[in-house]
Amino acid sequence: MTQTLGITVDNISVTYNNARLALYNASCHVQPGTITGLVGPNGGGKSTLFKSIMGFLEPNQGRVSIDGLPIHKAQKRQLVAYVPQADEVDWNFPVSVWDVVMMGRYGYMNLLRIPSAKDRRLVRESLARVGMTDNSDRQIGELSGGQKKRAFLARALAQEGKVMLLDEPFTGVDVKTEKTIIDLLLQLRDAGHTILISTHDLASISTFCDRVILLNQTILASGKTEDVFTEENLAMTFGGLQGNFLIPHNS
Amino acid sequence: MFESLLNWFTAPLQYGFMVKALWVSAFVGVVCAVLSCYITLKGWSLMGDAVSHAVVPGVVVAYALGIPFAVGAFLFGFGATVAIGYVKENTRLKEDAVIGVVFTGFFAFGLVLSTKIPSNIDLFHILFGNVLGISQGDIIQTLIAGLVTLVVILVRRKDLLLFCFDPNQAKAIGLNTQLMYYTLLLVLALSTVTALQTAGIILVIAMLVTPGATAYLLSDRFDLMLAISVATSLLSCILGVYISYHLDVATGACIVVLLTLLFVAAMIFAPKYGLLSQTRSGENIT
Repeated sequence: MTQTLGITVDNISVTYNNARLALYNASCHVQPGTITGLVGPNGGGKSTLFKSIMGFLEPNQGRVSIDGLPIHKAQKRQLVAYVPQADEVDWNFPVSVWDVVMMGRYGYMNLLRIPSAKDRRLVRESLARVGMTDNSDRQIGELSGGQKKRAFLARALAQEGKVMLLDEPFTGVDVKTEKTIIDLLLQLRDAGHTILISTHDLASISTFCDRVILLNQTILASGKTEDVFTEENLAMTFGGLQGNFLIPHNS
Repeated sequence: MFESLLNWFTAPLQYGFMVKALWVSAFVGVVCAVLSCYITLKGWSLMGDAVSHAVVPGVVVAYALGIPFAVGAFLFGFGATVAIGYVKENTRLKEDAVIGVVFTGFFAFGLVLSTKIPSNIDLFHILFGNVLGISQGDIIQTLIAGLVTLVVILVRRKDLLLFCFDPNQAKAIGLNTQLMYYTLLLVLALSTVTALQTAGIILVIAMLVTPGATAYLLSDRFDLMLAISVATSLLSCILGVYISYHLDVATGACIVVLLTLLFVAAMIFAPKYGLLSQTRSGENIT
């Protein structure tokens, strides 16, 4: 395994417009072919790090590369799939589950985005893998919390990205869906995908994450789950002086 | 009875200006209805209002320089949206404040120009439209602007929909969202130019929002929303021209009143999202 593969975050700092420092000097490496959990308190910069990796915001300094490529090039090659948090989605939008999953395939289509037989097959297969075949005609707002997550997971599957980022996938989902998602992530990892997942759900981390990154305004620790996911480190991340010192008061 | 109804529809057709007004309004209605679906879903109604007001100085300057009004209107309408984007990026103001400042500035500047630059523009016609007196040259400009709008939306419709729904996913699959942002602004400015002669600056925004808003209350599918939007807009435009002829009232205003009535009907009676059905389902729950 060379260091150019996977996700490399090199010395990222992000300051928002209201002068709030969200992330400073964050460097980490997400190893290819692993499931890596991103853990930290609310306001600790998890979403900011995700947005920086995905290129949704421009960091004030630092660089991100995926498989050795700058993020925008990696995205053009359909290497990176993204599963958003539930509250980032407009659930009233007049699209069906099928439409949403098909959006994962746009990058492969011609200018007019006319789906090929392969695109339709992959959408069908992705829906089947998350158990959403029967719901494919429903408007997305009609789904339950767990079904909503699975719909967007299917979109990420349809995109066939080698790298997958999931932002808080277990928020508002039932136990059954959580298990479905975890099983699917394990399958994807075994097939060689690289998965970065942010979560509050500390209990499940050690059951499926190979590696863990602890984040509170900067990277506090990263490495194999058994080495890093210790009580001492968690106390430092969630309750330590370092965290409190930097938690913003204006939000 | 039937004969008088038929007469109501056929009598105006003996006048060339009425035939012209009817098909131009219908065309404008279709163009605006298509775009209105994207505008309502993106939440850009205020932006549409801004563009329509900002075209005034462009129209005045175009007449003064002897170039087609559509060119001036388009440049200033699009320019205003660029200005709004620039001010928003570089100040700490929220978007609605920026839009309010920029478009009223453009509009007022246009009013000042129109009173100082000698031209034969009737300000009333710019503000409220004049489809009954539309000239051949204006029709050609309207057609060109409208057809370009339709073709751009048709070709980019999937990407624009993704951009409205989930701009982050558009980025994640490597699409150029900046380009889509400006494409949508571009067709917004073009369709404003298209509707200028029919509805006038003040009421253009109704043509660009109301059909989409009505359709949004009636459908959960984008394709159906598009069809309903076009249907309500066509109906309003054609009936509006007839009513304005028979009652001798302003055409643009008539069209917009009809659009609004259809919206109110949808708001009350829509099967799933109407007030009545929501009250009913509310009673079931409590």
